[in-house]
Amino acid sequence: MRADPVTGEVLQGPLEPVYVYEAPVRLAHWVFAIAITVLAVTGYLIGDPVSIQQGEASESFFFGWIRTIHFIAGYTLAIMFVVRVYWAIVGNKSARSIFVPPLWSPRWWKGVFAQASYYLFIGKERLWVGHNPLAQAAMFFMFTLGVIFMILTGFALYAQQWGWGLTPMNLFGWQFVLFEQPQTLRTLHHLGMWYVLLFVMVHVYMVFREDIMSGQSVISTMINGVRMWKAKPRAH
Amino acid sequence: MSETYYECMRKQGITRRSFLKFCSLTAASLGLGAQGAQQIAHALETKPRTPVIWLHGLECTCCTESFIRSAHPLVGDVVLSMISLDYDDTLMAAAGDQVEQALEDTIKKFKGNYILAVEGNPPIGDDGIYCIPGGKPFVEKLKHAAKDALAVIAWGSCASWGCVQAAKPNPTTAVPIDKVIKDKPIIKVPGCPPIPEVMTGVVTYFLTFGRVPELDIQGRPKMFYGQRIHDKCYRRPHFDAGQFVERFDDAGARMGYCLYKVGCKGPTTYNACSAIRWNDGLSFPIQSGHGCIGCSEDAFWDKGGFYEHLTTVRPLGTAGIEGTADQIGGTLAAVAGVAIAAHAAASAIKQARSKTRNDLTSVPEKKVE
Repeated sequence: MRADPVTGEVLQGPLEPVYVYEAPVRLAHWVFAIAITVLAVTGYLIGDPVSIQQGEASESFFFGWIRTIHFIAGYTLAIMFVVRVYWAIVGNKSARSIFVPPLWSPRWWKGVFAQASYYLFIGKERLWVGHNPLAQAAMFFMFTLGVIFMILTGFALYAQQWGWGLTPMNLFGWQFVLFEQPQTLRTLHHLGMWYVLLFVMVHVYMVFREDIMSGQSVISTMINGVRMWKAKPRAH
Repeated sequence: MSETYYECMRKQGITRRSFLKFCSLTAASLGLGAQGAQQIAHALETKPRTPVIWLHGLECTCCTESFIRSAHPLVGDVVLSMISLDYDDTLMAAAGDQVEQALEDTIKKFKGNYILAVEGNPPIGDDGIYCIPGGKPFVEKLKHAAKDALAVIAWGSCASWGCVQAAKPNPTTAVPIDKVIKDKPIIKVPGCPPIPEVMTGVVTYFLTFGRVPELDIQGRPKMFYGQRIHDKCYRRPHFDAGQFVERFDDAGARMGYCLYKVGCKGPTTYNACSAIRWNDGLSFPIQSGHGCIGCSEDAFWDKGGFYEHLTTVRPLGTAGIEGTADQIGGTLAAVAGVAIAAHAAASAIKQARSKTRNDLTSVPEKKVE
C-alpha cells in the first residue's frame, strides 16, 4: 500500500490494515470526550444555575459541588492535554496531525477541498490513512485551539479565588489585562464552550456517517487503533 | 516646612488618644497588625507633612464626596490636615487667580516632593477643549502638575480606567491618566467612587512608608483590590448552596439569597466593598439587596446590562441583533444541528441510490501507467 506522506491519502493498493492511533492517543480521545461532556454540562449550569429556593445555606453545597466537578474535569482535561502534547512529540505521525497540520502544503489544502467536495456530493471519495485533511483542519482550528483557549481562560477564572499575588494568578492573571477585565474573560469562556460544542456535534455526526458510508473504519479505529478498509481494490 | 502630621493634628484639636486610635485602625485596615500601628504613629510624629495637589478633570466629584465621608480616619479632622491639601479646587476657600497661584506655588516650593492626586480624567480629543479648568485644557494642567510630582494617585474609575466618559463611543476621547502620565508611579484606586477608607488608607500608607503600596499588574493596591467582592461576600454561602434570587420580588430576595442570577458582578469585581463596606461599615450594595455593578472594573459601562453577569455580545456584522453568549451559541448549535440532519438525509439518499459500496470507493491495485 502506498500513501501520500503529507495528506495520508491512500494512492495505491493493496489495502492492508494500518495501526494509526497509538494507545495514548486513544486514551486521550476518550478522556477528552468524557471531560468535555462533563465540563459543558457543569459549565452551562455555572453560567445559568438551577436555583434551590428553600432550606438553610449551611445544609446544602449544591452549587459548590457543580463547580467542584467542573474544576476536577477541567484539571483532568488540562493534564490529559499536556500528556497528549507530549505524545504528539514522541508518538507516530497521526499523533501529531491535530497539532501541526501542514498548512503550508498546497497538496494538503487540495485534500481539504477534495474532502469538502466529497461531503457536498460533488467529488469522489478518497481513502486516508489517518485523519482526512478536512477533519484535520477542523480538529486543529476548533478542537486543539479551542481547548487550549478554554484551558487558559478556565484556569484564569479558576485562579481568581486566590487573588492577586499568588501563584495561580501570577501564572494566568495576565489574561485579565489582555481582555480588559474578568467579565469579558467569563463571556469569552462561555462562547468558547459553544465553539467546542459545535465541533463535537459535527465530529460525532461525521464519525458515524464515515463509519457507515465510507470505505474505511472510523469508530473502531479510535478503539483499537487500527484503520480497516471496507473498500475493495479496483479491478483492472 | 517642618511641622509634622502629629503636630498638625494636635493643632486641629485631635487628642493623642484619638490619634493612636486612628493609627491602629488604619494599620488594621492595611493589614499591618499591631507593629504597623506603632510604625504609623512614629512616621506621623516625625515626618514632615507631604503636600498633596488634588486635580479635578472630567469627573462628577463623587470621589471627593466619598473621601470627605471617610469614617476612620475622620477626614474633616485628620486627613485634610494630614495630607496638607495645598490645592483642591473643589474644597479650597480661595477662588480665581488665587487658586491658580496656589497651584504654581506648591509645584515650585515642593518640586519633586508632592503627591499628585487626580480625580477624573483628561479628554484629549480636539486638543483637550472638552475640559477647560482655569482657561486651559485639563490635559495640559495635568501634565504640568505631574512633571514634578513624587507619585500620582488615580482616584476613581475615571482616572484609573476612563469610566463613563470613556464609554463607547467616547466622543471626547477621554483617557485614563496613565495614557498621559508615563514617567511617574501611578497608584490606581478605582471605584465609582472608591471606598473612602480605601482612599485614606492608600494615602496613609504612602505617607507612613514613603513608598507606593504593592500593586497588582493593573496598578491597584493589592491590599484593597487583591480579592473579589465575591470572595468575602456575606451571601457567599447561598452561592455555594445554590440558593439564588431569580427576581427582585421573589422569596429568595426576601431571604437574602445570592444575587448572581440577577446579574451581580461580585465574582468578577476586585474591590474591598464586602470587607470594609460603606458609610462607616454600615452596608454595601449586595447587603442592600442589589447586585454589584462592577464599578471598579475596567470599562464596566461597556459590558452590557447591570442585571446580567455575562456581557451582551454583539456578533460581527449584526448591528441590530444582540444576544447573550447562550443565544448566539444556541443558535449556531441549532443551525449546525439542522445542517447535520439535512446532510445525513442527503447522504442516506445517495447511499440508497448507489448499487454497491465498491462503486463508491476504490483504489488502484497497482500504479496506473
